[in-house]
Parts: sequence; C-alpha cells; structure tokens
Amino acid sequence: MKKFFYSQKIAPYVFVLPFVLTVLLFWIAPISNGVLLSFQDVLKDQWVGTKNYTRLLSDKIFLKAILNSLKYMIGTLVLLIPFPMLFASLLNSKLMVKANFFKSVYFLPALTSVVVVGTIFRLMFGEASASFANQVMEALGQSPIKWLKGVGTSYIILLLIACWRWTGVNILYFLAGLQSIPTELYEAASIDGASKWQQFKNISMPLVKPTTVYVLTISIYAGLSMFLESYMIFKGNNSPNNIGLTIVGYLYRQGIEKRAMGYACAVGIVLLLSVMIVNLVQLKLTGTFDKEEK
Amino acid sequence: MKKKVLATLLSVAMAATLLVGCGSSSDTASESGEAATESAGPGAAGTTEMEVEGDDVTTLNVWTFIELHQQFYTDMAEKWNAENPDKKVKLVLSNMAYDDMHNKLSLSLESGEGAPDIVDIELGKFPAFMTGEIGLRDLTDVIDPYRENIVQSRLDIYGKDGKEYGLPTHVGATVAFYNTEALEAAGVDYTTIKTWDDFKAAGVKYYEATGKTFACVETTAQWMINLMLAQKGGDYLDADGNLAVNNDTMVEVLQYIKEMQDTGAFATVPGGQPDNEEAYPNYNSGDYAVQIMPFWQTSRFTNYMTDLKGKVAIAAPPVFDTTDGEYQSIGGGGTGTAIIASSPNADLAAEVMAYIKLSETANEEVWNVLGFDPVNTAVWSDTALTENADNQFVQYFVNPPFEALNEIKDNIGTLNFYTDEKAPSINNEFCNVTLNNIFENGMDVKEALDESQATLENEFQ
Repeated sequence: MKKFFYSQKIAPYVFVLPFVLTVLLFWIAPISNGVLLSFQDVLKDQWVGTKNYTRLLSDKIFLKAILNSLKYMIGTLVLLIPFPMLFASLLNSKLMVKANFFKSVYFLPALTSVVVVGTIFRLMFGEASASFANQVMEALGQSPIKWLKGVGTSYIILLLIACWRWTGVNILYFLAGLQSIPTELYEAASIDGASKWQQFKNISMPLVKPTTVYVLTISIYAGLSMFLESYMIFKGNNSPNNIGLTIVGYLYRQGIEKRAMGYACAVGIVLLLSVMIVNLVQLKLTGTFDKEEK
Repeated sequence: MKKKVLATLLSVAMAATLLVGCGSSSDTASESGEAATESAGPGAAGTTEMEVEGDDVTTLNVWTFIELHQQFYTDMAEKWNAENPDKKVKLVLSNMAYDDMHNKLSLSLESGEGAPDIVDIELGKFPAFMTGEIGLRDLTDVIDPYRENIVQSRLDIYGKDGKEYGLPTHVGATVAFYNTEALEAAGVDYTTIKTWDDFKAAGVKYYEATGKTFACVETTAQWMINLMLAQKGGDYLDADGNLAVNNDTMVEVLQYIKEMQDTGAFATVPGGQPDNEEAYPNYNSGDYAVQIMPFWQTSRFTNYMTDLKGKVAIAAPPVFDTTDGEYQSIGGGGTGTAIIASSPNADLAAEVMAYIKLSETANEEVWNVLGFDPVNTAVWSDTALTENADNQFVQYFVNPPFEALNEIKDNIGTLNFYTDEKAPSINNEFCNVTLNNIFENGMDVKEALDESQATLENEFQ
C-alpha cells in the first residue's frame, strides 16, 4: 500500500484522477449520449438514422440561427479584443491616475446578472415613445424607433450588452498579460528612441499574444453559444422574424419548447463541431500548436 | 499530531457550514411561503399555499401561468373542503411565466420527475402534450356528472380520440371592446358598426377626427384574424387536415387587414396585441380605442386599464356579411386544466378540479371573480348574477357585459386547427414571422404566407 502511494509513476495519475473523472462524468458521457440521441426520435422512442441531420440541412430557420450567432460572434471579436487591449495598456501605463479605481469600475458590470441587465436593456429600448432610448432619440430630434423589431438595431443592442458586460473582464486578462512583460524591455526601447505607439505595437502586442489567443478562443465559444442575452431582451426565446434566434436558442426551442429532443441534439452536435472547427483553425493560424521555440 | 487536529477542525467546520446552509435555506423557504400567503391577492405572484385545518389533508401542487387564476382556485377549493370534509385538499399554487411553465411541464413529463399534480395548459400549447405517450389523465369520468350544462365544443378542444384531458375555464367568445368616450368625441357611434366595412369606415372617420389609432393590427396573436377566418369558413389546414396556411381564404383575410392598416387608422401596437403588458398603457391612455378580443379580456381591463372605468362598451364583433349566417364570434384562447396521470393523487385531483371548474358554483364564480364567460351557458342568462350591481365587471363596463354575449350565443364558431398537433408550431410561426413580415416589414401577404408554409412544411416533414 505504502509502495503504491509513494510510487513516482503512479502519483501523477492519482493527482489528475479527479479531473479525469469530472470530464468523463460531466462531459464525455453527456456528449456521447447526445450523439446517440441525435439519431433518434426521442418522443416516439425510435431510431431514425440521419433524418435529423438531413432535416437540418434544409432548415432555413436553423441557417438563420447560425448566421445570427456568427454575426454576433464576429461583432464581439471586433469590439472585445482590440479595445480591451488598448484600455489595458492605458491602465498599465505609469501616467494613468487612479488606475485601480478604473479597474474596478470597468469590472463591475461583470458582477451583475444577465437576467437583470437584459431586462433593464429591454425596458430602456422599449418600443413606446416614453422608453429611455426613444427619449434620447427625441432629444436628438429623431422619431421613435422600434428598437427590438429591427435587425440592425437589435444587433446593436446585443453588442452593447456584450461590450458593457465583458470589456472589464477582458481588460483584466490583458492586464495580467501586460504586467508579466519585464519593464526592462520598455526601458531599452525608449532609450533606443521608440515612441509609445511603437512600444505598444512591437513589445506589448507580441508578448501578450498567449493572452490574446486565450481571449480569442473563449470569445469564439461565448459568441457562438450566446443565448441568455437574446432570451432576456426579447423576453423569451421568440423574437420577431427570429432576428434574435441563436444556435442555442434554436436548440432550446426544438428540444424544450417543441419536445423534439433528438433534433435538438443534432443541433447541439453541429454547434459543438462548428465551435471546434473554428477554434482549431484559429489556433492553427495563431501558431499555438507549433512547438515552442527554444 | 498537530496536523490531525487541524484536519479534524477543518472537517468539523466544513460540516457545520453545510448544515448552516441547509438550515438557512429552509428558513427562507418557509418565510417566503408565509409572505406569499399573506399577500395572496389576485395580483400576487409566485407560490401561494392554502391554509387548511385538520390532519387528513391531501396536498396538491398546482401550476398556473395566469396569477388571477390562483385566487379563484383557492376560493373554490375552500368550498370543496367545506362540502367534503372527508376529502380535504390543500392547494399549493405556483405561478410561472407562460413559456417557462409550459417548458417546465414538458421537461418534467419527459423526464418523469418534478411534475405537479394539477396544471393549467394553454389552448395553443395543448396539442403539444397530445403527441407521443400522453402524460395526462383521461378526465371523461369526472366530467360526466357536469356534462349536460357544458358547451361541448370547449371540451372537444382539449380532447383526443374520444378522451378528454382538459377542464375548460371559459368560452372565450370574441367580442368588440369600444372606448365610448374617445369614439363619441370623434362622432363615431359604435352601435352602428355591424360589418367589417363599417368597422373600417368608422376607423377612418375616427382617425381623421383625432389622428389617433382606432384599433391595432395584431403581430403576436391572432384574435381578430381567427375570427375573420372562421367567418369566411377558412382555416389553417385544408379539408384533410394538411398544412395549408397559404390558402386563398387566409390570403383574403390578411389582405383585408392589410388594407385596414394602409388607411392609417389601424396600426401595430407595442407588444403586438391588446393582451400584453406593453399594450395596456396604450389603451388605458386612449391612444388606441378599440379591441377585438375574447371576452376574458374583461379581467385585463379591470386590472390593467383602470382609467377606462365607465368608458368601455362591449358589443358583438363585426361580420363580413350580416345576411349569410356566418359565425358571429369564435372561442378564443383558453386554459385547459389537466391532471398529471402519474401523480399519486391523480384521482382525487381530477375529482376536485372537476368541481372547481365545472360545477354550477364554479361557473358562477368564474364570472364573479374572474369576469370570464363561463362554459355553463345557463349562467349567461341569469341576470341576478350577470347584472349584479356589486360586481366589479358590471360596474366597469358601460353596458351589461352579457348583452353582447347573449346576442351571439348560438353562433360561436371554432377552427379545426385548434386541436391539431401542428397548431403550436403554426402559432409560433405566425406570431414571430408571418405577421411581422406583413404588418411590420410590409411584405406581400401571399409571399409571406408562402414562405411560412415552406418553413412549416420543412418542420413537419
């Protein structure tokens, strides 16, 4: 017994065991069950072969859900990577006054519940002329807008929520990355006469790349699997003309609202595959899989 | 040794926090329960627990999606307990949002766990629970004692293959609600409106005089659309029950409404239909004057549009042609109370709910408390009840509410698609896509319907 526990060969496996068990129990098991269910009609309890998948191919609403999710993901990537990186380097700069105060202010929105935020945004962007957004429009001399009924306006609102909520979190990631860069590099650069912008471009950006790749990876996943924000601002899973329908929203609609659990599983598998493919391509392109240079 | 002590201490601390966690959570649960009981008016949300004395009491869990129903069920259950001291029940009522409740129910039936004993299922969602293995109890036996007084068509809409699974609440006859004050100021006399053409002309006249909207065109419900469709003998399905939402009658109806919208007197309303929290203020303030809604809208008036007290008249809805004997009205919406078959108390629950919803007292209370048109039409002509001066609904409306109902009583239609299992998906498509395309985005009626037909065909393939 003692020999077993003190064995250097076995010890590592004992240490990773809890993690492996968790993955098996809460990830691999449900995913394989999902794959099996996606070939069934759960309500009738029979195997239907690839019918769920062929139906997906001709399902225009599913296509719309994918496009909506993609659009949202791209929007969040464009807004939530460069700007937080910039803000983080500003906060990291010695010239910044009250940096800690701003750090917490930026981070505060992340602590609020999406349910509350979504409800407040829904009310702010209500259709009535008395809603906050329409009051602002009126002050600007514009006529009221049906914010949550238009494709463009509802997209802006969703991005607004995402930015308001996640900018602070991404700033923290980038700050951590920036602070691990030795200050000597900057000193050397400034002695050589590099401007602040050149320092940012040639020192900060390349050296926070691991952080950027990490943020990119989780943002791709978060963007494609967005559900709650849309659910809250449209007060349910149904939006006019499905402008707010996301892949997960469609999964929820099919599996829970329409009780087509098998079809919903097929949707889920497609989501899993698309997130994986997008991320693998992205990781390949950013060179994460390359061997570290020695 | 030191380590051992430390480890023990830590374990004790952990166990203690666990216990503390349990204790505090059960405390809060009972507190909120009591609080809910105290404030259990019609407006109270969340969980309401009845207080029943005695030992031999069966607790029944009830899920509702309309909080107004809770008070009614509790009142009726108290009457049941008084009449049946040997079969006392205690209702624990939970109110949830419409979508949430139906989703939770479908999940719990699917998984076989967590379902209540009794549940209110909305008409539009009912067919979804009639597919596959039905998890609801057949109620034919408990309905039998009350059957002779009940409008059969309202039982049929919750049935399948000769079995009945839902207890109806009301007929939901569609009527017209006119804001008389606003109309009179514009010189419009609602009593002269008999046909849809009259309705449209009155709208134009009103709009020209006031610049305000006469009535709404619906985008998130089909109250007026279903009425017009039934009057023209149409449906969402063809004669064989196949999907046909792009049929000629449907095109004709939506085209007619589209032309109403084009006059400017009719417009979409925030929330998309009169029975919506965003829409109520628009009617309450007089920005929209008329609603074509099922009779149960009365309760929304008294609860959410209080400024209109003494200004609203109820009339028979318009028809296309007064001479061809077409339907005068149509049953709209509805809540079928169902019993979960797997509940250990299913039989008692069925008996109690049949009493709560179908007995004569129940039908009187449906009017007195909820303001609905009860399924026992004998109540409709009982003027002692329907014109009782103490009744809040009688006080609220300009004319006796049942006047219009008795006028249309023998000519209330229905649509075949109500009981079809395709209905939930069709409703979903109409309320999200079709009607929005037509009335918000200005899409051609036929084109929009063709597109929805294609979407739905794909879904049912």
